[in-house]
Amino acid sequence: MSKLQESSLYQLTVVRFRLILREPEAIFWIFIFPILLAVGLGIAFRNRPADALQVGATTTQLTRALASDNGLAATTMDEAAGAKALATGEILLLAIQRRHSVVYKYDDTNPDSRTALLLADRAIQVAAGRPEAVHTANELVHEKGSRYIDFVVPGLLGMNLMGSAIWGLGFAIVEARQKKLLKRMVASPMPRWQYLTSFLLSRLAMLVIEVAAFLGFARLVFGVPFRGSLLELGLLCVLTSLAFSALGLLVSSRARTMEAASGLMNLVMLPMWILSGVFFSASRFPAMIQPIVRALPLTAAIDAIRGNMLQGMGLGQMGAQVGLLLVWLVVPFTISLRIFRWR
Amino acid sequence: MTQPQTATQVVPNRDGWTSSLVLRGVRKTFVDVVAVDRLDLEVARGECFGLLGPNGAGKTTTIEICEGLTVPDAGSVELLGLNWQSATNELRQRIGIQLQETQFPDKLTVEETLRLFRSFYRHGISVEESIQTAQLEEKRRSRVGGLSGGQKQRLAMACALVGDPELLFLDEPTTGLDPQARRHLWDLVDRLKQTGRTIILTTHYMEEAERLCDRVGIMDHGQIIASGTPQQLISSLGGEHIVEFAVTGHMTGGSAVNTVPLMSIPGVKSHRVDAGLHQLSVTELHSVVPYIFAALAEQGLHLSEFRTHSATLEDVFVGLTGRNLRDE
Repeated sequence: MSKLQESSLYQLTVVRFRLILREPEAIFWIFIFPILLAVGLGIAFRNRPADALQVGATTTQLTRALASDNGLAATTMDEAAGAKALATGEILLLAIQRRHSVVYKYDDTNPDSRTALLLADRAIQVAAGRPEAVHTANELVHEKGSRYIDFVVPGLLGMNLMGSAIWGLGFAIVEARQKKLLKRMVASPMPRWQYLTSFLLSRLAMLVIEVAAFLGFARLVFGVPFRGSLLELGLLCVLTSLAFSALGLLVSSRARTMEAASGLMNLVMLPMWILSGVFFSASRFPAMIQPIVRALPLTAAIDAIRGNMLQGMGLGQMGAQVGLLLVWLVVPFTISLRIFRWR
Repeated sequence: MTQPQTATQVVPNRDGWTSSLVLRGVRKTFVDVVAVDRLDLEVARGECFGLLGPNGAGKTTTIEICEGLTVPDAGSVELLGLNWQSATNELRQRIGIQLQETQFPDKLTVEETLRLFRSFYRHGISVEESIQTAQLEEKRRSRVGGLSGGQKQRLAMACALVGDPELLFLDEPTTGLDPQARRHLWDLVDRLKQTGRTIILTTHYMEEAERLCDRVGIMDHGQIIASGTPQQLISSLGGEHIVEFAVTGHMTGGSAVNTVPLMSIPGVKSHRVDAGLHQLSVTELHSVVPYIFAALAEQGLHLSEFRTHSATLEDVFVGLTGRNLRDE
């Protein structure tokens, strides 16, 4: 064996890595779950091509006038058939030709029906010869980077970095303490700092796979943009993961049972799931609680990742977020080193 | 001018120490329980010393104080001529520890676990050698989760041995094992003794202490109440045999038997009663038994139970404390 393989830090890190990979549930939560979540949200919030609204008309002349608008798909039908089609939701609006007028039959509580009314009325008026008062033109926006999926992918990435760091470290450490393995380790000449460092190192190794798999998927399937530097994005992920690892270490530094540890972990993570803007912008919360929202590490992490991916911002423009993450790395790590219970 | 030689003194070995372990006035209190009470102990180099006592006697606290895992409230601890305050790293490199109930990660293999522990020591035996010593060759690539209780215990032993320790601590190494696995582990400890290491073990099985230990300290309520070789302790009873009997007569219970004629039989060394069962420790079993029968018959008592056995450390413990070792 080489010198490196004989070193205790190498052995500790490799053992951590093996233990993670041999835990099928961990693989699911770290790799598969975020991708499934992204797929689900991507499907739910996909930007549909502007669907044509189904409408009916009682004369072929009216139908032709309605069909001239791209936003409408018109069918000719008599009044009785039209009423039935309205009732079953097949059409949103029925245009009925009366002797001197056209009557629109629709449900005014349905937004789609109201849209259909506006389009139908304009089409019929124009067909009847109404001139345009002002010339207008449309410019359509379907730009990548402004869709919901583009917004939510950095949020999910931040949430995943938090979850895998806190759960990964917390459960492993508390389990080792509960099974008296920690006590056995400190009864050997193992340097204690190496034990804790091995967690951070194996976390970083996992991070590369985890982030690459998730972002690669988001890129290939949804075409999520990467406007900022990839290197800086990598650094942000490392910093985020280390900050949450420190928090995980703090959470697990005293707990003796898994139950106590899970409770603490949820207590720490729940506010961030809600407040840190994973699924919607954190600025929606009232101004009164904004200072709290802004102080959370996940808010800073997600803001910074969004800034990098969506707006192409450099690290220099995100000093506040990076600084906050550094504080969240140093303070919990220092405290946990002092209060860590080895037995 | 040359310094005078101190040839008359006991010559210590090259490292300057003669005892592997010296405890002086060690005391440890937990909340309101005195776990170890002003304990003195000295274990010579190459000796296998056993701490024997019931659960809660303070064996584990004592051994963990020796191992540097528990800090005593008072007293001094010296191992291999060093102490925990000034030579922690040095000591950790030179001692081997097997704790009660360590669970190694289930998903690592035997070999991976040993390679990890080997990496902590500057010097030691190879992973291969430790696997052979613990006779785990066939389980080398098995995950720890799939090992039997005895195999897990042998793995714990192998982890304690990878650093080739001069001093080995085993805390209840066979508790919870079936008789076969226990004998297997005893053979392993026997082999370790032959290599000249100092071994300190705790147990609440008297047969284990008798079988393995050169010297035994009997512990109760945080103190060593007797120590010596198993033979010395047994002969301290005064008789190598124990006669137990119960009687029925006009009244039941201990008070019905007049013990004076029993104690006057030559060869009877002591008498005690435990829940209606009389125990005599005697020397010459074959010549004493007829006199016992005669003495009881004279008092008009009928024997309802009668048996004899060779005295064991259990009897020593009972003689010293009036309680059985397994009383919890």
